Amino acid sequence: MAVLDLRRKLAILSDAAKYDASCASSGAEKRNSIGGRGIGSTEGMGICHAYAPDGRCISLLKILLTNFCIYDCAYCINRVSSNTPRARFSVKEVVDLTLSFYKRNYIEGLFLSSGVIRTGDYTMEEMVRVAKALRLDHDFRGYIHLKLIPEASPELTAQAGLYADRVSINIELPRDDSLKALAPEKDPTDIKRAMGRMRLAIDEHAEPARKAGRRTFARGQSTQLIVGADSARDGDILARSANLYGAYRLGRVFYSAFSPIPDSSQRLPSMRPPLLREHRLYQADWLMRFYGFTQPEIIAEGEDLDLAVDPKTSWALRHRGRFPVDVHTADKEMLLRVPGLGAKTVERILAARRMTRLTLDDLKRVGAVLKRAKAFLITADWTPGALVDQESLKARFVQPRQLSLF
Amino acid sequence: MRVARLASEIDFAGWRSAARSLRAEGVEPRAVVWTVERELFDQEPADAARQTPGFTVPAAFVGLAEQVILNRAPDRLALLYRILWRLEHEPRLIDNPADPDMTRARDMAKAVSRAAHKMKAFIRFRRLEDAKTESYAAWFQPAHRVTEAVAPFFARRFTNMDWTILTPDACVAWDRERLTVSEGVDPADAPSEDAQEDLWRTYYASIFNPARLNPKQMRQEMPKRYWRNLPEAALIPHMIETAQERASAMVASTPRQPSERVLKAALRHARDASYEGAIPKRLSEVAAGVNLCRRCELWRDATQGVPGEGAEHAPLMFVGEQPGDQEDLSGHPFVGPAGRMFDKALAEAGVPRDRTFVTNAVKHFKHELRGKRRLHKTPDRGEVMSCRWWLDAERRLLRPRVVVMLGATAALGVIGEPTPIAANRGKPLRLSDREQGLVTYHPSFLLRLPDETKKAQAYAAFVADLRQAGRLAGIVT
Repeated sequence: MAVLDLRRKLAILSDAAKYDASCASSGAEKRNSIGGRGIGSTEGMGICHAYAPDGRCISLLKILLTNFCIYDCAYCINRVSSNTPRARFSVKEVVDLTLSFYKRNYIEGLFLSSGVIRTGDYTMEEMVRVAKALRLDHDFRGYIHLKLIPEASPELTAQAGLYADRVSINIELPRDDSLKALAPEKDPTDIKRAMGRMRLAIDEHAEPARKAGRRTFARGQSTQLIVGADSARDGDILARSANLYGAYRLGRVFYSAFSPIPDSSQRLPSMRPPLLREHRLYQADWLMRFYGFTQPEIIAEGEDLDLAVDPKTSWALRHRGRFPVDVHTADKEMLLRVPGLGAKTVERILAARRMTRLTLDDLKRVGAVLKRAKAFLITADWTPGALVDQESLKARFVQPRQLSLF
Repeated sequence: MRVARLASEIDFAGWRSAARSLRAEGVEPRAVVWTVERELFDQEPADAARQTPGFTVPAAFVGLAEQVILNRAPDRLALLYRILWRLEHEPRLIDNPADPDMTRARDMAKAVSRAAHKMKAFIRFRRLEDAKTESYAAWFQPAHRVTEAVAPFFARRFTNMDWTILTPDACVAWDRERLTVSEGVDPADAPSEDAQEDLWRTYYASIFNPARLNPKQMRQEMPKRYWRNLPEAALIPHMIETAQERASAMVASTPRQPSERVLKAALRHARDASYEGAIPKRLSEVAAGVNLCRRCELWRDATQGVPGEGAEHAPLMFVGEQPGDQEDLSGHPFVGPAGRMFDKALAEAGVPRDRTFVTNAVKHFKHELRGKRRLHKTPDRGEVMSCRWWLDAERRLLRPRVVVMLGATAALGVIGEPTPIAANRGKPLRLSDREQGLVTYHPSFLLRLPDETKKAQAYAAFVADLRQAGRLAGIVT
């Protein structure tokens, strides 16, 4: 095999990593390099250093250590049966590339994943070596996200936690039975167990780290679910997410519309990615995390979200009896359920109404989207009257042109 | 008309002292003209020296004003003075997000904070090849006058390297110890290309997914005004142009048949999920089987099956209800709060832990979500009965002399029919030729008792039951 130069390797191993939606670099504790030997800081909020023409944030150097893989997951470009070109970085190459990009302010840090080579343990060990070299040899204090190999030993995954700010294991398929069909070598129980162990370890380190005032262990974990590769409905996907947030305290569940790959499998032919569906799932996920909705309220298992309107509007249309609400008297929980009012806007309404009666103009100034909120709200100068009960109300919210899908 | 002069566009101290005197003198906002005149400023600032009576403003105003002054909008100084003026009679103005002046100020502050954030994001350092030490420089045009405000961020981040940021407003330099600010420069002084930019462009082009093309979103987050300083931006037009074609080609391509070799390897790897292939002959087979069990639906929301654990030939077996949150995550029985209370009681009863075996009637954690918490839910009869397959196997392989049932679910799992705890507590019953049974409370029942006296009584009874079980098993004298 010809020796690949660094640029070619980078092209192959970043192309192979792009199907992972996560690029978040927030949530690490505050730290910087004052008093250190090296470079790097994390100050709470992550930074997107560039955006690709797909509109996605580029925050981290997101690469695979290698895209050689012994598994044959139908949805994955790196499956053993794919014709994709292969490459492998050395530990030093990844370390040097990370530091070189970081010093030029291209990135917040490293997101390292890998195909599984030889064994889960061998692969995990190589990845841990990269993180360890960055932290210990170079005193690198930027962000590190490591993908965990679920089959790796608990000792190795615990080591990953020592050097990483966040770890993740992708569940990929929302239904365990489809995992079996499309990723025959993966075991859902292995994945759940690894997440369970990681949550216990994160919990265990949280208190001592707070007392010591510095990082001692990863702060959180996340996962990704592919949307549209199996028969799971939106309700099933959200139920799965609710379960994951509850059981493993995941920081985030990422949804990734199943996207065409260059060399697709017969078991799962390429198709156009269901981007709007992905968008609705993110909206529903936010409702669960920040707006006090439960999964059954949003959508039952076995059912799909309405693509025509956002899930909050959809809920409001199904519960018209609870509207309109008066901005001056409604409690916070109910205001959060009004379409067109975001969490920040609700906070501002609560502050402003202590001093003054609010008009529609006031609401607009504090960030309300009146087009959606109007039908559900009473203000000092507005009441929707019978609007909320109109048959045709839904039509007002349906945009004739949806997100451009392609 | 009064003229108030500042030393620079971002001279907050100057604005503050001028505004303070003006308000103290009762000069109305519309009677003030704010100007920035560096040259003239050598003169004595007219009113600043004079002692003016102090007054207080909400702390939030100072923070807001420090942000707003960095905005390039010419009316920012007048706006700030107007708000300061109004605060005298409307002290709560600062808390009213719906006021038009406050909205304008907040929008200005937001634009400043966005400009600062984008500066942190879009600065691109270039390595200076001819420098003696490792040094970097960047040319940047911030949307607002945030250079000095953002500089400490870069000092904290790139502490151990020399760098300079050049902008039209001001330049800042860091020498690994301190920041130096100097006059702004023009684009001609921008550093020249860095060889690493080629690698960065390679990364940028490869991480893009053409099937998800969404240039509008990109431009919203990375406005075109920043592009000229981004080495990767030159690639964008071509990436957009070819995206459709690349994506369509992928969708249209014929899926490939995997090779024979791969299919065989996959088959070899595929795990056999059948759990009833054979009746388990060892406790380790029970442990493996429990994980693959699909006899009821509880496996779906649980992390893993939690098999029993303990001494190989323990004469004393304890059966609990089901794993809890901690047991589910760790895969071990009796490690949560109830487990700890059980361990304590066992020690008080003088029962040696290494002569016992602990397990549960149901091997998966049944729960419901309340917000982000998983709350215990009692398994129903069907689930208990399905899981007897495993409990029976454990009893058969362990051959204990005494089986202690902790709570009603455990009793149902062992005996096979409902057995009230209060009425049967402490009475040994014959389970089979060689096994005696004993029912008692479940430790989590003790944890939940609200009344302290009742709790103490129940706990004492519980310890007594454990001691009795130990005697029956012949491990407590």
